[in-house]
Amino acid sequence: MKLYRILLLLVIPAMSQAQDDLLNQLQKSDSIQAYPVTATFKSTRIVNGQSVETMKRKHLDFRISHRFGRVNSGAYQFFGLDQATMRMGFEYGVTDRFMVGVGRSTSQKVYDFFGKYKLIQQTSGAKHIPVSVTLFGGTGLATVNRELEFQDKIYYTAQVLIARKFGERFSMQVSPSYLYRNKSLVVGDDKLLWAVGIGGRYKLSKRVSVNAEYFWTAREKNTPTAPYYDSMSVGVDIETGGHVFQLHFTNSLGMIEKQFIGETTGSWGKGDIHYGFNMSRTFSFDRKNRKSAP
Amino acid sequence: MKSWFVHAVFYTMVAVAVSGVKGFAQSTHYTTNSGIVRFSSKTPLENIEAENKNGQAILNTSTGEIAVRMTMKNFNFPNKLMQEHFNENYMESEKFPTGTFSGKVETSIDYSRDGLYDVTATGKFTVHGVTKSRSIQGKMNIASGKITITADFQVALSDHKIEVPQIVFVKIAQQIQVQAQFVLMPVNK
Repeated sequence: MKLYRILLLLVIPAMSQAQDDLLNQLQKSDSIQAYPVTATFKSTRIVNGQSVETMKRKHLDFRISHRFGRVNSGAYQFFGLDQATMRMGFEYGVTDRFMVGVGRSTSQKVYDFFGKYKLIQQTSGAKHIPVSVTLFGGTGLATVNRELEFQDKIYYTAQVLIARKFGERFSMQVSPSYLYRNKSLVVGDDKLLWAVGIGGRYKLSKRVSVNAEYFWTAREKNTPTAPYYDSMSVGVDIETGGHVFQLHFTNSLGMIEKQFIGETTGSWGKGDIHYGFNMSRTFSFDRKNRKSAP
Repeated sequence: MKSWFVHAVFYTMVAVAVSGVKGFAQSTHYTTNSGIVRFSSKTPLENIEAENKNGQAILNTSTGEIAVRMTMKNFNFPNKLMQEHFNENYMESEKFPTGTFSGKVETSIDYSRDGLYDVTATGKFTVHGVTKSRSIQGKMNIASGKITITADFQVALSDHKIEVPQIVFVKIAQQIQVQAQFVLMPVNK
């Protein structure tokens, strides 16, 4: 009897903490090594430039982007809203890591084609990969000048997009970029242009983020023969499940790499700022979920 | 003096006996890292389903205590965009990475005998950082040294402060159906 009582006294305190111990044991024996860090950016673009995100498998992204005229063009032009250029794009996820896209810009009547492949996926957990890396390659045909040889209408773009999500809210990206025009637009501009983009986003809430990006170009700015500036943009992303609205101000009129990296003629300092937006609508072609994504 | 010595020996023996019992208790733990948890949201417009094959559970058969843990990012959706929205917008998986249940099997069961039992477990159910006291009914099948636990239950989004904004274009059910199956094996084998 005495022995039984002693036993009881010894066992009871051990029992009371057992439930939490069980959960702790589970945490210790968690065998999954790496969790992918997803949604570094809301969209496949930060503002103008590509982000590390790719469309997921069997998802089509229909994008309509507009850039209006310069806000310093005065009340007569309704502060730029009277003029608009647009790009319409169809962009499709072949696998969860590889996507292709085609687009048409009204500015310079450009057809653009690109592929994008997510080479490295950032992960958390025991097997830790600090960054995501996506390769981007594109080409296009600027058909506005009919006098030009076919060859001379073509340009090529290549980018290595390196991004890190630093936590739930903040992401940064560095984008070394290569741009080659078979024929440059003005005589004073080289065919080859190297640039480095830097961009980021900060989430204000679950569905709204502030984005900014800057492309530094390796050339002399605003020369008499090549009146080009570096592209800088700030904007807001609003995501509503399936739709992403990106509203922004930028000194670039074009929405493709050739134009905003290579041919930005606006200067923030002079107030040559364009209001613009990208509207992205995702359609799912997954058989099980015929209707659109949530 | 002599009786003091006898007592000392006696308590030492008790201590050894108790530690022996505790050692024995270890082998009454059953666990798994590959439990299957499925959930579905069913509305007339759309059904959404996801599956997690890395559910963890541990059961102490000597006390009836049970703990279940799953990592939200392990829920696999056929539609990866939905998966991203699930983690990013609804579960906020960076902030609240796991869903857990820790409680006690209320039904008294003789774990040494094979059989199929209806069981009820009561305890704390935590999802999206919100803890609710819940009583979950299920079945326990004891056979050939394995314990298989299955349970079907519902989770109300509002109970766990999971918000679905009006503007979302796809219908998400307010009550999510959850199906769980865990095959637990003895720990020290």
